[in-house]
Amino acid sequence: MADSKMADAAATKSGAATPVLTVQNLEAWYGESHILHGINFNVNAGEVVTLLGRNGAGKTTTLKSVMGIIGKRTGSIRFGDQDITRTSSDKIARMGVAFCPEERGIFASLDVRENLLLPPVVRPGGLSLDQIFELFPNLKERLNSQGTKLSGGEQQMLAIARILRTGARFLMLDEPTEGLAPVIIQQIGHTIARLKKEGFTILLVEQNFRFAATVADRYYIVEHGKVIDGFKNSDLQANMDKLHTYLGV
Amino acid sequence: MQALYAQLLVGLINGSFYALLSLGLAVIFGMLNIINFAHGAVYMMGAFCAYFLLNLLGIGYWPALIIAPIAVGIFGMILERTMLQWLAGLDHLYGLLLTFGMALIIQGVFQNYFGSSGLPYAIPDELKGGVNLGFMFLPIYRGWVVVFSLIVCLATWYLIEKTRLGANLRAATENPTLVRAFGINVPRMITLTYGLGVGLAALAGVLSAPINQVRPLMGADLIIVVFAVVVIGGMGSIMGSIITGFALGVIEGLTKYFYPEASNTVVFVLMVLVLLVKPTGLTGRATT
Repeated sequence: MADSKMADAAATKSGAATPVLTVQNLEAWYGESHILHGINFNVNAGEVVTLLGRNGAGKTTTLKSVMGIIGKRTGSIRFGDQDITRTSSDKIARMGVAFCPEERGIFASLDVRENLLLPPVVRPGGLSLDQIFELFPNLKERLNSQGTKLSGGEQQMLAIARILRTGARFLMLDEPTEGLAPVIIQQIGHTIARLKKEGFTILLVEQNFRFAATVADRYYIVEHGKVIDGFKNSDLQANMDKLHTYLGV
Repeated sequence: MQALYAQLLVGLINGSFYALLSLGLAVIFGMLNIINFAHGAVYMMGAFCAYFLLNLLGIGYWPALIIAPIAVGIFGMILERTMLQWLAGLDHLYGLLLTFGMALIIQGVFQNYFGSSGLPYAIPDELKGGVNLGFMFLPIYRGWVVVFSLIVCLATWYLIEKTRLGANLRAATENPTLVRAFGINVPRMITLTYGLGVGLAALAGVLSAPINQVRPLMGADLIIVVFAVVVIGGMGSIMGSIITGFALGVIEGLTKYFYPEASNTVVFVLMVLVLLVKPTGLTGRATT
């Protein structure tokens, strides 16, 4: 906890950082099971922040809680200057939060075009279709295919592409590289770097910290439903031993 | 041959009602995961609504064709908001029991005031009479019912399969949580979907009023067959429920001509056969 406070402090010191997302003492439940036991972290405007941790540590649940999908949640989640702890997920999305789930959530009964156009535009400033096809040329060729007929990599691109249209400036990506070929992982890495350059704020969940290291500004380590550590990308090398212990790699 | 064509026409008419009703059931099942046993009751309410409009307010058939489905649809949306929505996520059985109870109450109330006999509803002047097609005499109103039902069914299919709104609906059928997390008000969509399904049933009720008279139990008799139609067609498919509705009406009509004794059971025999061979229905997708 003390370490993660230090990371927060370090983030605040490095420039005029305004927190986009502040999560304090977040607890969450799936039915009867208590998954999150007090999560604390923040994400500043324009940053890429990565939650690292083992399977089942609570990373995905953290994203889903921020998105308002987890039914029972307590503590405090602030987006900008608004408290969204009890807000419904459609209203959270309309504030400019976009979520790309781990299982990608491509709809089988929709074709690629319909999948791409499904999330409504919530504010101006989203990418145009042309910009999206420039980022992901594959999608343009497959617009009329059934969504789930795409390859895993193409589905992941589609899942990211559709939330870039909406004008949301805060993106949550849950394990975007999981199960994908290295060349596709590279393409997704380029995309995230490009989005960061264009001023998007990104909260990333990753198991693959080698990938995360290529895009992230800061890291938080999640274990047993708590944030147990945090550091900046520049301190990654110094923290490598600890990281290996945390992640068991 | 005259008799065969006449039975075919009766089959097509029944098929129109089957299609409109099973279409609504399929849409409701997809979105709410509820087997709407109140469907027959709202069909009856559609017919009664037309009857009331005419006899209490002097509003005729054509406006009733629009007003009755909307009014009954709004009634359906109130039921969804006040009762059905609390069943989300529970076993099918709860929805089935609740809607079955609603059907009994609605039908009971109407029976209390109107008994069991039929009330007449006149065919509108514009659709009276018939045309001689050479091989058979076609009453214009019956032809109108078949054509208009087909148009409404196809329009509904187009709405769901080809439009932006329909894409939202299909997506929400698959994964409502994610669709909501994109900023779409899924609970409101569910309410409107129930209203749409109920409205289609009420529309069928208005169409049937001049043919079958207006009776409190008119829906209860029909809905059993419609459920068999839905089982045969499969719950998953919009076009499937339309085609199965019309096809089974025609099959029933043909049976009336060739082997009248079986005409009341042929649909159920087919249902048993389909269940034995392909339990998800002819066009249905397996659901989890």
